[in-house]
Amino acid sequence: MKPDPDKLLRFTTAERINHWLVALFFFLLAGSGLVFFHPFYYPFNQLFGGGTWTRILHPFFGVAILFFFTGMFFRFRKSSVLTPTDWEWLRHAKELARGDHRNLPEAGKLNGGQKLMFWSLVCCMVLLVLSGIVIWRAYFSFLFPVTVVRLAAVIHAAAGVVMIALIMGHIYLAIWTKESIGAMLHGWVRRAWAKQHHPAWFREMTGRDE
Amino acid sequence: MSLQSLDITRRSATTTASPGQRQTTEVAKLIDVTKCIGCKACQVACMEWNDTRDDIGENHGVYDNPADLTANSWTVMRYAEVETDRGLEWLIRKDGCMHCAEPGCLKACPAPGAIVQYRNGIVDFQEGNCIGCGYCITGCPFNIPRLSKKDSKVYKCTLCSDRVAVGLEPACVKTCPTGAIVFGSKEDMIRHAEERIVDLKQRGYAKAGLYDPQGVGGTHVMYVLHHADRPEMYCGLPKDPAIGPLVGVWKGAAKPVASLALGMIAVGAFAHYVANGPNEVDEENEKEHKE
Ligand code: HEM
Ligand code: SF4
Repeated sequence: MKPDPDKLLRFTTAERINHWLVALFFFLLAGSGLVFFHPFYYPFNQLFGGGTWTRILHPFFGVAILFFFTGMFFRFRKSSVLTPTDWEWLRHAKELARGDHRNLPEAGKLNGGQKLMFWSLVCCMVLLVLSGIVIWRAYFSFLFPVTVVRLAAVIHAAAGVVMIALIMGHIYLAIWTKESIGAMLHGWVRRAWAKQHHPAWFREMTGRDE
Repeated sequence: MSLQSLDITRRSATTTASPGQRQTTEVAKLIDVTKCIGCKACQVACMEWNDTRDDIGENHGVYDNPADLTANSWTVMRYAEVETDRGLEWLIRKDGCMHCAEPGCLKACPAPGAIVQYRNGIVDFQEGNCIGCGYCITGCPFNIPRLSKKDSKVYKCTLCSDRVAVGLEPACVKTCPTGAIVFGSKEDMIRHAEERIVDLKQRGYAKAGLYDPQGVGGTHVMYVLHHADRPEMYCGLPKDPAIGPLVGVWKGAAKPVASLALGMIAVGAFAHYVANGPNEVDEENEKEHKE
């Protein structure tokens, strides 16, 4: 998109591509992982070419997301450091959910909730990668005692569900907060939007306190 | 063997009832290790009947050959030299699937119908439905299933379900030259074992007993052991095998509950939107940035 004086660049092209690659592989992983989770989801295997293909592909999707997620980690690690203001913001998040932002402290480029989401996802990802390797029967499981494999299976299933829950929340909040999806699609947000949702970042970007 | 019999009690990854109208006698194979001479005729018979051939292996300096169960060797003889109060004893055990009444493999399996338990007690892998994830290996308390390198499916002893379905005894039973392996109804096998145990006790094996571990609901392959108080001496036969808490949690009620929780998140999010509307830019903020 052409630079527009009325708009602010929120995410760079590289950040956006990176984000959507992670999203793509997350959907592939969640869809294929749930196949093994409970018979209720077994029919999803048809999306991946059948049960055996799902079993073959899922861990390789995992390898791909590990690569892209690591990219996201280094891109957003610094802007996700939680400050005292963020914790204060989180204490008022309930009011915001009801549409009342009068007592909300000023959020920076990312608000407290987004930062917490980032670190929660990092934790899930670490657990999923480590446990996923242990339960990868074709190449790795034979390296571990069976008790470790059993424990990893429990961790992988639990972390998978938690991560799916987090992403459901993430998607809803993006839909709920109008125009934020555009920030990740084409990168730009209106000044009014920035002032509304990320006032501290708005001032940082414009040097103004309108 | 696919659907060679329709009397099924359990199917893996299936939440509805299995076709189980007919009543079938519960069967069992009884392996009397005190009569076994370790000749491996049963190993050979197993490969003969099932048309499996293992690779030619290496000599490991022990009698165990092959050294472990494989996708082609569904039963192996394991030889232990142990010192007991009777002096040096050579304990030989025919290892293979125990056909548990509560099979950990079946509980762990995520592929519908890849593992079935027939009404007669036999636990059978239906390789056509197997996806090769190896969860059964993780679930089995006896370390039995083996993933084939050739086709990435798991294999194990079928208790000759194909022979049993037409009224024959398993191939190993048929071939055993000392009568150490017998086959029949589970009830009869327990009774037969009891007679053997009385005999063994008279001959000085005070701890002789039947191995039919209740932690897995009993098994359809049972052992008569001279030292039933110490099954581990027989090359690590577990003393109290059970599906265990980790597999219990992994495959337990937490999963439907978690699924419900995910559904609640979706419903809750929708309800929140309906009740509160979107999070938009305020009017005054909009006006400020108009010009
Ligand atoms: C990052 C690296 C990952 C690796 C190496 C990996 C590997 C595996 C493996 C080997 C399995 C067993 C099934 C099979 O053999 O295909 C599995 C199951 C599963 N995976 Fe992953 N996975 C990874 C990431 C993820 C992610 C990000 C999700 C999430 C949303 C996920 C969700 C699941 C679920 C729900 C199961 C079924 C667990 C069960 O109930 O047993 N995995 N994974
Ligand atoms: S011994 Fe292992 S493979 Fe055999 S029925 Fe029991 S759990 Fe399944």
